[in-house]
Amino acid sequence: MAEAVDYKVVGTRPIRPDGVDKVTGRAQYGADLNLPNMLYGKVLRSPHAHAKIKSVDVSKALAMDGVYAAVSGADFPTAAHGDIGGEGGGDVADVAKNVMARDKVLYHGHAVAAVAATSQSIADAALAAIDVEYDVLTPVLDVDEAMADDAPLLDENCFTANLPEKPDKPSNIAAVMQLARGNVEEGFEAADVIVEGDYNIPMAHQGYIEPHACTATINEAGQATVWCCTQGHFEFRSMTAKLLGMEIADLKFIASEIGGGFGGKTVVYLEPLAVLLSKQSGRPVKMMMTREDVFRATGPTSGTHCKVKVGAKKDGTLTAATAWLAYEAGAFAGAPMGPGAMCVFAPYELENFHIEAFDVLVNKPKVAAYRAPGAPQAAHAIEVALDDLARQLDMDPIDLRLKNAVSEGTQASYGPKFPRIGFKECLEAAKAHPNYTKPLPEGAGRGVAAGFWFNVGMQSSAEVHINENGSVIVVEGNPDIGGSRASMCIMAAETLGVEYDSVRALVGDTESTGFSNVTGGSRTTFATGMAVIEACEDIIAQCKARAAATWGVDEDQVEWEDGQAVPAPGVNADVKPLSLADIAASAHKTGGPLLGRASLNAQGAGASFAVNICDLQVDAETGKVDVLGFTAVQDAGRAIHPDYVEGQMQGGASQGLGWALNEEYIFDKNGVMENAGFLDYRIPVASDLPMIDCEIVEVPNPSHPYGVRGVGETPIVAPLAAAANAVRDATGVRVNDLPLSPPRLLDAIDSAE
Amino acid sequence: MSKVQVETRINGEGVEFLCEPQQTLLEVLRETLSRTGTKEGCATGDCGACSVLLDGRLVCSCLVLGVEAEGKEVTTIEGIAGNDGLHPIQQKFLERAALQCGICTPGLIVATKALLDKHKNPDEETIRYWLAGNLCRCTGYDKIIRAVQDAAEELAYEA
Ligand code: FES
Ligand code: FES
Repeated sequence: MAEAVDYKVVGTRPIRPDGVDKVTGRAQYGADLNLPNMLYGKVLRSPHAHAKIKSVDVSKALAMDGVYAAVSGADFPTAAHGDIGGEGGGDVADVAKNVMARDKVLYHGHAVAAVAATSQSIADAALAAIDVEYDVLTPVLDVDEAMADDAPLLDENCFTANLPEKPDKPSNIAAVMQLARGNVEEGFEAADVIVEGDYNIPMAHQGYIEPHACTATINEAGQATVWCCTQGHFEFRSMTAKLLGMEIADLKFIASEIGGGFGGKTVVYLEPLAVLLSKQSGRPVKMMMTREDVFRATGPTSGTHCKVKVGAKKDGTLTAATAWLAYEAGAFAGAPMGPGAMCVFAPYELENFHIEAFDVLVNKPKVAAYRAPGAPQAAHAIEVALDDLARQLDMDPIDLRLKNAVSEGTQASYGPKFPRIGFKECLEAAKAHPNYTKPLPEGAGRGVAAGFWFNVGMQSSAEVHINENGSVIVVEGNPDIGGSRASMCIMAAETLGVEYDSVRALVGDTESTGFSNVTGGSRTTFATGMAVIEACEDIIAQCKARAAATWGVDEDQVEWEDGQAVPAPGVNADVKPLSLADIAASAHKTGGPLLGRASLNAQGAGASFAVNICDLQVDAETGKVDVLGFTAVQDAGRAIHPDYVEGQMQGGASQGLGWALNEEYIFDKNGVMENAGFLDYRIPVASDLPMIDCEIVEVPNPSHPYGVRGVGETPIVAPLAAAANAVRDATGVRVNDLPLSPPRLLDAIDSAE
Repeated sequence: MSKVQVETRINGEGVEFLCEPQQTLLEVLRETLSRTGTKEGCATGDCGACSVLLDGRLVCSCLVLGVEAEGKEVTTIEGIAGNDGLHPIQQKFLERAALQCGICTPGLIVATKALLDKHKNPDEETIRYWLAGNLCRCTGYDKIIRAVQDAAEELAYEA
């Protein structure tokens, strides 16, 4: 891929094609579909964090007027073990038990029964009429407690995976992972300075504003249609089929518009319940979570306990590092400790390191993917340690990172050699940014941190239809969560050589387009974009063939230039170029409609790096942090639509700052989340934040036709440490745990005095 | 449960509906009247996704009972665009890419309308505090604030 390319459409900022519907209230989201004769489904949730279910009796609920269905764990088939696929699944059997508890409840809010009734108030009354008998057990509420030898067990059949030998007794440690290279002891001996830290971060939620919702209807032949907000309707279809023992072809999933997901809408919660309730009642069933349900029973991301130790020479060269990373999985295995372990040292050249990570069961909601799953917590640990190291070495923190930064050809700590990457370019751009040297107000502090995420490829399909007037319809299978239709239209317009306005993109349902994995892993613009480009190239090949036939020349004597077929240089044909519109208009005479398609399993997702600069001040009286400025620098490979790239960077910064400064799950001693609402789980509001300055670095990904890397996840990796390092700079006090909430900071400042 | 008959005006149109006494205006709009442009993010008054104007005042429709709409004028997102096209606020949200997922957008546009009806030329801080009741998880607010600034400018120019 050449670097300086003259693109006509790529890199411009047109209005998104789905925009008007979204600013007028027309766009339909998960909870917006009402069908005739529809019932409302609701879920009864466990009041205990850990208990055996002795019995569930729904008969009284079912006997009520207006109640047409009531189900509990006994109504579901037992799902076999197996990988659920996609991004945030885990084991099928676990997802089944998470969707509806069987013999045990494993967190406060765990689903134990569900009803469908003619109104929401009748459904609520029906839930109150369900009898559940519990044998209450002691909950295990934090990761250290859960790893202790004598901890109560969540699952008696949980034997730690990935050990050389199967352990002789069960534990709450579902799996471990190790990565190592070189000789850590020798590395530390060679160090002039060693820093160590111990870091705790509580669970945090994705916090999408749209609660999970769906409407399902199934007919007498067992053919179901499910409308829902999802990051991946194909994967929702396959999970629902597995959980209900249904034939995949009998399930049609339609992805509604989606009101945020950030990884949290990659697994099913309500959909299998709605199908089952519809089956029992014979009527359409709509289910909507409350915000409280969302907090108690979906998401969150892992709480973590991380320990990091780093050694360096006087000149800043890193000599050795170790990381011990314990991730809470919640009630079922599947914490993102793998990516955490793989990311923690990924940005740095290290001869000697040892990384150990743990996937630990606790009586809290089963974690789901959250933007760069596992990376922000691990990055927080290493990036804070590096900040401490820079202080001890009296070195600029960006210089310290530049000294050790990975680049093309470096063997990554997680295995492969890096292809072309843009980490050094990001560090240099941050260093040169005026915000890095801008004077700070009295008492304020500045922090720097770096972030890394792999990005993924996976499977995508796309079709391109050329209308009879030459306008273009792109059909693909990835829910548009943040402007991806616009990116698809841009890439199609660029490839075909037509105007952006002549292209429309639509997200097909599971029956109208080919399989695509989730909108997640920062893969949509990269992988689905690649499928769209290939489908457009298919169209171009067909157009060339039709032009060749029209002109009576060979296909290889025709080229595609600026949206039209022209004779190749040197071909002596006295013909007028044929535009896409010309070819479309005569398509009925040259072989029928033009339909291009592509499907692929995209390889070569480009790793993306970011560097953040955070300015803030801390009120010494209250401990409250005011963020004064935030600068996000990130390698996008190529920004297809720069507004939406900046949007990802700004949104990630905001989420990361919320996580750093305020957001946390607070549990009482019984495992009841005490802040299950937006009032007490406080995500950043407009008055909490300054403008967020973005600098997009473009080091093209050699594996993508336009150089795209994927940008959705990297933005949340660095802000936690950037904010923590700024607090250190402002106050002179190092606080290792997050969030840096007023009480914690006040405590730290007071005890330092 | 016995229902109450309510007469109200929604976006200039006379509307009658039946609702249970405890049902919120939000639920009535969405579930009874299928005006689903107004969104639910929390139902506890903490997110602003359900913002509507009640006799011109900005309220969370999840904190208003359906019966309280009796005799009032309700303006929802569906009533912001005119017959001649998008309202300048809507246009600026599009031009500034002030939405990603878009679930917060209806509430933010209604809240912005209330803000600009009252303050012709708000500074950044005024905008940020006015919109502090409208959560957006996707954008970090930057482009939203800029869209509101642009809309204020355009409306002042039009006036
Ligand atoms: S739904 Fe009314 S404020 Fe959130
Ligand atoms: S655009 Fe998604 S919440 Fe605002």
